[in-house]
Amino acid sequence: MSTGFDVVVVGAGPGGMAAATVAAEAGRRVCVLDDNAAPGGQIWRGFRAETARKYPHGRGFLDWTARFERAGCAIWAGWRAIDQPAPGFLRLERDGEKCDVGFGRLILATGARERFLPFPGWTLPGVMGAGGLQALVKGGLDPKGKRVALAGSGPLLLAVAAGLQSAGARIVGIYEQAPLVRLAGFGLTLLGQPGKLAEGARYRLKTRHAAYKTGCWVVQAEGRGRVEQVTVTDGRKQWKLDCDWLACGFHLVPNLELPRLLGCRIVRGYVAVDRLQQSSMAGVACVGELTGIGGLEKALVEGQIAGWAAAGREAEARALTPKRQRLQRFALRMDRAFALRPELRTLARAETVVCRCEDVAQSALEGCAGWREARLHTRCGMGACQGRVCGAAAEFLFGWESSGARPPVFPATVSTLAAEADAPQTARR
Amino acid sequence: MSEGFSITVNGKLVRVAEGTSVAAAVMMANEPCRFSVRGEARGPLCGMGVCMECRVTVNGVAHQRSCQLICAPEMAVVTG
Repeated sequence: MSTGFDVVVVGAGPGGMAAATVAAEAGRRVCVLDDNAAPGGQIWRGFRAETARKYPHGRGFLDWTARFERAGCAIWAGWRAIDQPAPGFLRLERDGEKCDVGFGRLILATGARERFLPFPGWTLPGVMGAGGLQALVKGGLDPKGKRVALAGSGPLLLAVAAGLQSAGARIVGIYEQAPLVRLAGFGLTLLGQPGKLAEGARYRLKTRHAAYKTGCWVVQAEGRGRVEQVTVTDGRKQWKLDCDWLACGFHLVPNLELPRLLGCRIVRGYVAVDRLQQSSMAGVACVGELTGIGGLEKALVEGQIAGWAAAGREAEARALTPKRQRLQRFALRMDRAFALRPELRTLARAETVVCRCEDVAQSALEGCAGWREARLHTRCGMGACQGRVCGAAAEFLFGWESSGARPPVFPATVSTLAAEADAPQTARR
Repeated sequence: MSEGFSITVNGKLVRVAEGTSVAAAVMMANEPCRFSVRGEARGPLCGMGVCMECRVTVNGVAHQRSCQLICAPEMAVVTG
């Protein structure tokens, strides 16, 4: 009955691909599943072998894709993990179809999403995440001639601006909320990693005709039916900019729903793992952004460690420990550099929607004691995104900690839910 | 690369290249993806299957996350 795998990897971004490749090369039977149509995660989304060389990170994409394909893992694209019906099994869904997959070891590489913060006008069409707009452009949206303002926080802003500029967009300004002094200090810590500094310099060179202002943030977006103008501030004065799109994200937060559901211990917003990437739950490893927002290189190293560990090859895994420790420190420094300023808590007005799924306004949340009360009394976080957007916002705005995850961790069809009580059935793909 | 094909978004013909996401096609058609419970127009936000703002009806199937769905020839997308 059981056609499970030695190792199941959830998430086919760089971390998941590295983990799956290494474990498969070491002889394990590996399945990688991802809710997207193709492997690559966000950073390698839409890359093609013929054109990858033109892009930043294209070389790594080509090398890892070739190794990943040779390794011969089962690749289940379009499947979402929604529940753990029994220990050692994940329940998956794709297009209303359900299936259970059994595993000996589980490696979670579910990545991160952007943190969005509410401000007046943030729900207008044309206001997107920075990574969000980048993903849409990689998905075929043509930015040629579009006037784009970028705001929020994190290294992604500059990278996205450079990509948009290359694709023909007109960047009207890049507004990073972190103060210059903090970013300069962060830059100094990168002197030992000239590659990262050079990458930042290349992006800035590409976007040199647009203003890159630190210590500035968006306070409002306006427009008839879609964004047409944004108001920006440096904390003293305000000014307006015309734009077609506003790309605004406040750094990244890990996708913790699945590790939470499985019971992995979370410490200060990330999954707690040991040097072999093992979480507090036996047999469950977590890699990449789940253990600290550190980007591509960290995901690849941690993925390889988890892959080796899943194959019982501890020595090879431990050989990567020094690299891992360096990248973990980098992630911590980045969190500090791009920490959010308190003024951002005051952007939403009484009528500003905080929960976009249920249209819950800021004023409805102000009297609530915590996340649970907000859910029960206002339906905040009870909609289709299950609090993925407003939960991260509420954590910053009100200091509410999101409680544990409950199945299904993604919206599922009634027929899948009706089968929830069934014993796991490992179906053929 | 092929020259692409057409799909419809609320009846409008939209020409897309192979590999284009449905969310990108809806934006190119200049249509909102959905209306919120209070009736506000909404478009894609996260672009990566997390926020659910880009849900549309595709070939009669409701609640499809358009950012994670790739256009196919003759696809009929209805928003709102």
